[in-house]
Amino acid sequence: MGGVVNAVFAPGFFHSDPVRTALIAGAIVALVSGAVGVITVLRGQSFAGHALSALGTLGGSAAFLVGVSPLWGFLTSGVVVAGAMEAVGTQRRRGRDVATGLVLSTALGLSALLLYFDTIANSTTGVTITILFGSLFAISGITVPAMILLSLVCLAVLALLYRPLLLSSVSAELAAARGIPVRALGLAFLLLMALSAALSSVAVGTILSTALLIGPAATALRLTRRPAMAMAVAGAIGVISTWAGIVLAYDSYHWAPAGKGWPVSFFVVAVIFTLYLVADLGTRLQAARARDRRTGSPAAAQPLATVRSS
Amino acid sequence: MSGDETTLRGDVLALEGVSVWLGGRQILDEVSFTLAPGDFAGLIGSNGAGKTTILRIIMGLQEPAEGKVLVDGRRLGRRNRSVGYVPQKVLIDPDAPLRARDLVALGLDGERVGPRIPSRRRRQLVDEMLEAVDAARFADARVGNLSGGEQQRVLIAHALISRPRLLLMDEPLANLDIRSGQEIVDLLARIACEQHIAVLLSAHDMNPLLPVMDRVVYVAGGRVAAGTTNEVVRTEVLSKLYGHPVNVLRVDGRVLVVSGSDVSLEAVPRQPQPGRPAAEATGRRGGGDV
Ligand SMILES: Nc1ncnc2c1ncn2[C@@H]1O[C@H](COP(=O)(O)OP(=O)(O)O)[C@@H](O)[C@H]1O
Ligand SMILES: [Mg+2]
Repeated sequence: MGGVVNAVFAPGFFHSDPVRTALIAGAIVALVSGAVGVITVLRGQSFAGHALSALGTLGGSAAFLVGVSPLWGFLTSGVVVAGAMEAVGTQRRRGRDVATGLVLSTALGLSALLLYFDTIANSTTGVTITILFGSLFAISGITVPAMILLSLVCLAVLALLYRPLLLSSVSAELAAARGIPVRALGLAFLLLMALSAALSSVAVGTILSTALLIGPAATALRLTRRPAMAMAVAGAIGVISTWAGIVLAYDSYHWAPAGKGWPVSFFVVAVIFTLYLVADLGTRLQAARARDRRTGSPAAAQPLATVRSS
Repeated sequence: MSGDETTLRGDVLALEGVSVWLGGRQILDEVSFTLAPGDFAGLIGSNGAGKTTILRIIMGLQEPAEGKVLVDGRRLGRRNRSVGYVPQKVLIDPDAPLRARDLVALGLDGERVGPRIPSRRRRQLVDEMLEAVDAARFADARVGNLSGGEQQRVLIAHALISRPRLLLMDEPLANLDIRSGQEIVDLLARIACEQHIAVLLSAHDMNPLLPVMDRVVYVAGGRVAAGTTNEVVRTEVLSKLYGHPVNVLRVDGRVLVVSGSDVSLEAVPRQPQPGRPAAEATGRRGGGDV
C-alpha cells in the first residue's frame, strides 16, 4: 500500500511549498475556467476566449518588464481586449475575422519584442516559457490570495447572472423578448472571460489557457444535460486534470532526459485531452448501444422487416 | 381599413397608426388593428411584407417612428410579462446542456438575477406547462436534439408559462412538415380558447390556418387590412390593400390570392392534404374542435 503511494507521489511531494501552491492555484483556476468554459462553448465564443488569452501575452510580457506579477498584465490586457471586441462585435460580420486576425497577430508580434527585452533583462529564456506555456510550480505564494479573490468575484458574478446568461446564450432573441439587456450582458460575459483567461494564463500560460477553458467544458457537455451540473462537472474535470498534471510533473523529475522535470502544462493538457477522448468514446458507444436496442426486437414487427423476410 | 374600431371588446392588443422606417425605407405605414382575448389571428403577408417587424414592434424590441402599441390598454414597459414571443429562428446547439424543462423554466424567471432556488412549486408549474403542450414525453431530452415540431412545443411552453395575455409566434409553420404544422396550429387554437389569450401567428400561407383562424391581419405594401377572414380575404379589400387588382379564388376549400392582371400566383396551391377533407374557408373554429 505504502509502496503504491510512494510510486505515484514521489518522495517530498506533500512537503513541498511550490507543490502546495500549485495544487491550490491549479484548483482555483480550473473551477473558474470550467464554469466560464461551459457558457463560452454554449455561446460559441471559443475563438474569442482564445483571442483574449493569446492577447494577454502582450500584457504579461509588459508586466514582467516593469517587474509586477504577470497576473496584472494578463488582466489589464484582457479587459482592454474585451472592450475592443465588444466594439468590433457590433459591426457587420464581414471583415470582422480579418480585423480580429490582424489585431491578434500584430499584438503577438509586439509580444515577441517585449519577451525579447524580458530575456535580455533577466538573461534567461525562462520568461518566454512561463508567459506562453505557464508554470504552476513557478507561481509565487504572494499571487495566490489575489487569485483566490479574483476567482471568487468571477464565480459570484457568474452565479448572479446565471439565468439571464443561460437564456441569452441559448437565444439572444428569446432573452431580448424577456427584457434582458443582451448587449450589456454580452460585455459582462466578455469581462468574465478576460478574468478567467488571466487566471488560467498564470497557471498554464497564454497559449494553453484555451485548453483549460474549452477542454473540460466540452467533456462535461458529453456527460450531463443540465446546465448548472455541466459547469460543476467541467470544474471538477479541470481540478482532476491539473492535480494529475502536477503529480506527474513532480514524478518526472526522475525521468529522462535531464532529470529536471517535464513541463507541468504538458501533463495538464494531456490529461484534459485524454478525458475528453474517453468521454467522447463512452457517449458514442452508449448511443450506438441505444440505437441497437431500439432497432433490435421491435423492428421485427415493422412492415419493412416483413417485406424483407417474404 | 380595419374591420371594426370598437374598443368595447376589451382589447388585449391595439396598434394605433404605427409607422416604421428601417434603413431609410418605410416598412410600415400607419398600421392599426386590435385583438381581443381568445382571438386566434393570422398575420398574413408574403416574404418581406413586414410581419416580423410588426411582431418586434409589439414586443417592444423595436421602436415605431409614429403611433403607439397598447397591450391591455397600457403602453409596453421594458419588462413585459403579458406578451409571450416565439421568434422564427431559434437555433439550439444539439450538444447544449439544456433540457426541454430547463428552457421552459427559463420562461418563468429567466430574466432574474441571482441563483435559482429549486422548489416543488416551480417544478410542478413546469411539468403542468409541458403537459399542456404535450411535451412531457421529451421533458428531459436535450432541446437541441428535438425535432422542429417538438422544439416549437417547448418554445410555446417557454412563452406561455409566465401566463401572458397575448402570444406572438413568428412563422411557426415555416420549417415544419404539414402534419406537425397542423398539430401546432390545433394546439395553439386550443390554448387560445382554453386560456382565453389572444394568439397572433405570422405565416406567408394562410391556408393551414383557415380552419381555426378567427381574424386575419393581412400585410401588404406596408399597410394592413384586419378583420374576420370573410371580411378581409375578398377581392375588393385585398385589391385596395395591394393597390392593384388581385383576385381571391377559392379552390377546394383553399384560398388563392392571384394577381388580377396576369397569372402569377401569390400563393401557389399545394397538393390536397391526404386525410384532411377540404376545410371550409369560412371555418371559424368549427363545432367540435378536436
Ligand atoms: N434592420 C433592418 N434594416 C433595414 N431593413 C430591414 C431591417 N429589418 C427588416 N428590414 C426590411 O423590412 C422589410 C420587412 O421585413 P420583415 O418584417 O422581416 O418581413 P417578413 O417578416 O414579413 O418577411 C423587409 O423588406 C426587410 O428587408
Ligand atoms: Mg419574418
